[in-house]
Amino acid sequence: MPHIVVRNLVKTFRVAERDPGMWGAVRGLVRRRYRTVRALGGISFSVEAGELVGYIGPNGAGKSTTVKVLSGILVPDSGRCEVLGRVPWRERIPLVRQIGVVFGQRTQLWWDLPVVESFHLLRAIYRVPETEHARTRDELIALLDLAPLLDVPVRQLSLGQRMRCDLAAALLHSPSLLFLDEPTIGLDAVSKLAVRDFVRLLNRERGVTVILTTHDMDDIEALCTRVIVIGEGRLLSDGTLDDLRRRVTTERWLIVDLLDDDEEVSDPQASVISREGSRVCLRFHPEQVPPAALIARITAKHAIRDLFVENPPIEEIIARMYRGAAP
Amino acid sequence: MSAYGAVISARFRMHLQYRAAALAGLGTQLFWGLIRIFIFAAFFRSSDSPQPMTYPQVVTYIWLSQALMRLIPWYAGDPDVRAAIRTGSVAYELLRPVDLYWTWFVRIIGATLAETALRAIPMFIVAGLFLGLQAPPSWPSAGAWALAMIGVVLLGGAMVTLLSITMMWTISGEGVTYIAPTLAIVFSGMIVPLPFFPDWAQPVLNALPFRGLIDIPFRLYMGHLSSREALPMFAQQMAWTIALVALGRLLLARGTRRLVVQGG
Repeated sequence: MPHIVVRNLVKTFRVAERDPGMWGAVRGLVRRRYRTVRALGGISFSVEAGELVGYIGPNGAGKSTTVKVLSGILVPDSGRCEVLGRVPWRERIPLVRQIGVVFGQRTQLWWDLPVVESFHLLRAIYRVPETEHARTRDELIALLDLAPLLDVPVRQLSLGQRMRCDLAAALLHSPSLLFLDEPTIGLDAVSKLAVRDFVRLLNRERGVTVILTTHDMDDIEALCTRVIVIGEGRLLSDGTLDDLRRRVTTERWLIVDLLDDDEEVSDPQASVISREGSRVCLRFHPEQVPPAALIARITAKHAIRDLFVENPPIEEIIARMYRGAAP
Repeated sequence: MSAYGAVISARFRMHLQYRAAALAGLGTQLFWGLIRIFIFAAFFRSSDSPQPMTYPQVVTYIWLSQALMRLIPWYAGDPDVRAAIRTGSVAYELLRPVDLYWTWFVRIIGATLAETALRAIPMFIVAGLFLGLQAPPSWPSAGAWALAMIGVVLLGGAMVTLLSITMMWTISGEGVTYIAPTLAIVFSGMIVPLPFFPDWAQPVLNALPFRGLIDIPFRLYMGHLSSREALPMFAQQMAWTIALVALGRLLLARGTRRLVVQGG
């Protein structure tokens, strides 16, 4: 049974508009103008149990709105949607018992209370039996290395520490579906890795279905087998990372480290896209010119310390996809 | 512990952290209580006509209101709910497997009980020993007061929750926040006991819900309303509570449908 089914989901917001300046503010008091913003313009996809899906798109694309509709917080204008076999906005309470949600920009912990007290309150709110709670809690504490943080009031935690605690808080009731909305936002490299390792383990070993929205393409590359890209409230692409690459471009990059810093590099079938000191990056299409032929030509013409061929970074792919989607 | 019990207890413990604020509040309320008493002392001295309450009764009334002032909706709308709506963390409240209305309702009750406990107990001791606060005249009056106090907590909770919900429309809640407490403070009898209001105003005052916050419990305490009236008075408090809860739930259901989570 699929964990999530979404068909033609539409959600619009009404935003009050105001002319700038004092006069605009005064006029806004008397007459309001509203503009309708279409956050989701008919999105469809489905997610099977046990998948780890990256859900990405530029700011304002509708990622968070989707997560909020799927978790029962927002009511959509139209469309069909089932999560764990339930319609989220009609069966919010039974549904949220079975899902976990982490919003990277907010915390669900009680700001003034020690972390362990928040865990305790969550146990009561989700009505988790004491022994089961103790087992899950101790496991999460061990996995996320939370023992030193338990007695610290949440407001005194660093962002990385808080995120680890928030992850634990979202999982205390053992949900089978987890929504992570930008869980690595603002984290340092070490904390990011810790979060990624944990999410991977959760998905691979516990079989938790994970929907991950992020702007960090390293998150996507490290974790996701499937990527859904949206822009302006529409689905742009849905498939594996390789599919996504192939859809946007088949180009490869040839990166060459020259011995001589000032040497110019050019080739009729490849174009230079960047140059930093002795490092030159060339773009080429493998179907136009076989990589071996290109490399042979370049090495024949220039003195070279090192060279390698790689895929364009996923950021580049996504950026092109976003640009392609913009009107 | 039930889910709602957990919410109350979290809020209660959080407020117990603000002991310094409570101590400062005690000082302020003693000061204001004395000023109010001086005003009534001058009033009683300048007038020979019979008054609806005796001077010692007024003194007791004033100290009761100073001790229990946190039970009336001073802040229209729970500041935590206002913050949740302003910042968008209301999203997390909707992620809990609990009813949003009852969560807000019990949470404001947790806060008021904690604030009241911190302020009322020292105030009862100081005012009872030194400043003329009298005990209830009889056990039935004390019992009637205790019953009415339950009504106060529930009625006040329903009022604040209703006002919290209106913030889903106004976002900042500034407008309602200034108007509603003024109405509550005047029409509950907080400033001037309701029997001192003109006769023509009495039917209106008696019909309004605010009376259940101060006038009913305090007059039962002093025996100014007989303990035989305890049940009808409690029924009046409960009728308003039920009406406000129903209205609040209706508005909340509409509000969550049009919810916009601030800050993305």
